[in-house]
Amino acid sequence: MTDVTLTINGEERSASVPPETSLLRLLRDEFFLTGSKLGCDVGDCGACTVIVDGLPVNACLMLAGQVDGRDVVTIEGLATLEDLHPIQKAFEEFASLQCGFCGPGVIISAKGLLDRNPDPTKEEIKDALSGNLCRCTGYTKMIEAVQDAARILRGEKEAA
Amino acid sequence: MSGPETATSDIVGAAHARLRHDSAVKHVTGDAVYVDDMPPLPGTLEIFPVVSPHAHATIVSVDIAEALRAPGVAGIFGAGDIPGKNDIAPIFSDEPILADGLAEYAGQPVLIVAADTYDLGRDAARLIDIGYEVLDPVLTIDEALEKGQFTYPPHSVVRGDAEGAIEAAPRRVSGEVSCGGQDHFYLESQVALAVPGEDRDITVHASTQHPTEVQRGVAHVLGIEINDVLVEVRRMGGAFGGKETQATGIAALAALAAALTGRPAKLRLRRDDDMIVTGKRHDYRFRYEAGFGEDGRLEGVKIEMATRSGNVADCSSGVMARALCHADNCYYLPHVRFDGLPCKTNTVSATAFRGFGGPQGMLAIETVIEHVAAELGKPVDDIRRINYYGDGGRNVTPYGQTVKDNIIVELTERLMREVDFEGRARAVDDFNAANATLKKGIALMPVKFGISFNLPTLNQGGALVHVYTDGSVHLNHGGTEMGQGLFVKVAQVVASTFQIDIDRIKISSTRTDKVPNTSATAASSGSDINGMAAHIAATEIKQRMARAAADHFGVETGSVEFRANRVYAGNESISFAECAHLAWRARESLSATGFYRTPDISWDAKTMTGSPFYYYTYGACIAEAVIDTLTGESRVLKADILQDVGNSLNPAIDMGQIEGAFVQGMGWLTSEELVWDEDGHLKTHGPSTYKIPGSRDVPPEFNVHILEDAPNMVPTIFRSKAIGEPPLMLAISVWLAIRDAVARTGGRKVFPRLDAPATPEAILMAIEDVRERANQLPSPLTGEG
Ligand code: FES
Ligand code: FES
Repeated sequence: MTDVTLTINGEERSASVPPETSLLRLLRDEFFLTGSKLGCDVGDCGACTVIVDGLPVNACLMLAGQVDGRDVVTIEGLATLEDLHPIQKAFEEFASLQCGFCGPGVIISAKGLLDRNPDPTKEEIKDALSGNLCRCTGYTKMIEAVQDAARILRGEKEAA
Repeated sequence: MSGPETATSDIVGAAHARLRHDSAVKHVTGDAVYVDDMPPLPGTLEIFPVVSPHAHATIVSVDIAEALRAPGVAGIFGAGDIPGKNDIAPIFSDEPILADGLAEYAGQPVLIVAADTYDLGRDAARLIDIGYEVLDPVLTIDEALEKGQFTYPPHSVVRGDAEGAIEAAPRRVSGEVSCGGQDHFYLESQVALAVPGEDRDITVHASTQHPTEVQRGVAHVLGIEINDVLVEVRRMGGAFGGKETQATGIAALAALAAALTGRPAKLRLRRDDDMIVTGKRHDYRFRYEAGFGEDGRLEGVKIEMATRSGNVADCSSGVMARALCHADNCYYLPHVRFDGLPCKTNTVSATAFRGFGGPQGMLAIETVIEHVAAELGKPVDDIRRINYYGDGGRNVTPYGQTVKDNIIVELTERLMREVDFEGRARAVDDFNAANATLKKGIALMPVKFGISFNLPTLNQGGALVHVYTDGSVHLNHGGTEMGQGLFVKVAQVVASTFQIDIDRIKISSTRTDKVPNTSATAASSGSDINGMAAHIAATEIKQRMARAAADHFGVETGSVEFRANRVYAGNESISFAECAHLAWRARESLSATGFYRTPDISWDAKTMTGSPFYYYTYGACIAEAVIDTLTGESRVLKADILQDVGNSLNPAIDMGQIEGAFVQGMGWLTSEELVWDEDGHLKTHGPSTYKIPGSRDVPPEFNVHILEDAPNMVPTIFRSKAIGEPPLMLAISVWLAIRDAVARTGGRKVFPRLDAPATPEAILMAIEDVRERANQLPSPLTGEG
């Protein structure tokens, strides 16, 4: 068994798991944070995207042991009790999602982008989302939502 | 019956409002619960499926003794352990969930290992010894045809004398074209959780489009009655037809483990297993022959439509019927012979996928149309126009249905005008004249798609509505939510019917104990049949409430009016909640079921004739693509869509459906290639080898418009039209544009054979073929483009 202690969404959490446990399993099975989804199991769909020490990663590819002592942000950590995060709000408003299964991963990838690049071009947004597969939509409403959220986060637009 | 005509909007969330998905907030917070997210029950087992490594083999021995002793294993089950019948066939019979002595495709489940965790199950499975005697697999259409091997008896659509008409026609073309299958690649793979209850009861939480079929399948497999089984579906993470019949086996395996161990059991297929084990879109090979006049008017068309149906019939007969009924697309064909050949092969069952044979049938006739144009050296859109359904007898389909709501001419002409098709086509010519390596193509694709299940029986929907004494409403119906926005649309219908704000209406999960004997949520029919059923139920309750209000205020029932969250009776008005309370005090039932059967449809499966479709949904797309003649790579540059949705129940949802369907169709026709090796193993079983469209593949210019002011001519719910499938076929424009670009490499002198998907390899082959044939033509080439 591997012991891990990490910060998840600002809170320190610990668990003891078999060494082959992925970060995604740790989140879903140990901490019941099921917002991050298992889409492909092999690092190719982005449904499991979380932020580790500021960078978006595929949680299915990381071992739980590798995040010991690190800082993880999941989809559950974005909204406050009162308010959705501007990216979440924009995804809701633009009807960006259909089945929603890819959503948490896409939104986390978008957050990873906007944290580093507050004013991305459309092409940069497409690139940032290129690791996130969505089978329901045509991606266009997601891209528009990210653009809108960026405007709000830059203070150029009032949040609705 | 006549449907409700209009929906006024002095309430929040009426029909026709642009509302977002009812789960939109939960989708973005991660709070939306899918089956795999359900809080675990103590003792839940996870299932590891053991599948056949051979495409065709006799199973001669099974030794599980050692595996049974492995840590965490609760049971290992095979066909012999099934208490009921090892058969989940949706239409025919003898389609097993576990191979019984004979494996018929590589990936067919043979055993399931139920263990404390998936990993323990997988470890134990390594200790299982299955003896196979490998047989020769039949993997191709030709091999199956040679052996006369079909999954069900072939059928045909025939009108007049196609052969004679072709013979007598002034001009003729013939050729062959193929299209590949398609993996659904719903982001949520197949999953089911079965929980045993008291007596023989079993509850199954399944990701299925067809709870009733799961219920029936589980009862069948376990040898219990249908009323012993409860199936519940809150939402799916995508389905696209892949969870119409394919979810039944998954659920039945979970139920089998649960029933035999007495513990909850979950089966979630890993992505690779999902792609290997479960069915896909039918691939097709078409051989066509057409006779026509010098003006391009078709006289006779013959198409042999052969598909790999896979190891079992599944719903292939339905898919074939739809393919046969859509190989006319928008064209009047006087003499027709379409032969459907469902080849039985040692590959995974081909199954339902958005469009259900329609896209394949249309791809065939569009090839014929384009071939005719190329043969005559005329613009293809002239050939389309001269062959469109019209009047004066030219409005009857090959299967005998009269097309009464045809708008394809106006619709395509409008789109061509709005995007300046002629100007764009000239720009493409100019580009091609100036570029040797890159070639552009442009194409229009018209679509007419029949709405209703081909089989009339399936066109029924049920709903259950309760009003509580505080005026809040509980809504349930037989349709399932897979992301398409059905739940919010039906809630909008009920809001409009009661004239109350949509937030008073609780949307609830689909359950077989609330609305029984339902049809799959499929054939784009979800909102048509469930919306109408819910409207009928709500209307029934409304009448009772009106009666109570009328009695109370001493007015005629007919004069009671529901408007803007209130109920008006004479000079008085009360809130909807007060009226509900009043009705309860007056001992009126505030609960009702609603049932709807689509009227005016008929189908004779023997003669393959009738009027199976209540109406048609129309649309058109103009796409522009560019190919690199050296690498074969292609890109879609622009797509303009004009789509008929009737009076849209929810334009925001419909726009999403149109965009998503188009992109999915584009994937089918360009990048999504399924490859099997010579032993019948699927080589493309994960996202790294099987490429669905990503964020960078969407056309950089992508304009989607909904046809305004186009109410359905038949009285559907608020005159809306079905939208789930039709726009997928608009993507055929992309494939046609690529073929146009390929044709330009030979100066448009010869008609290219381009199979779908148009992968770089397929495009290069087509270019080579075109150049070779163009060079052999007697007159020298005068230039390209
Ligand atoms: S589940 Fe991690 S990338 Fe697909
Ligand atoms: S919304 Fe269904 S996969 Fe993206």
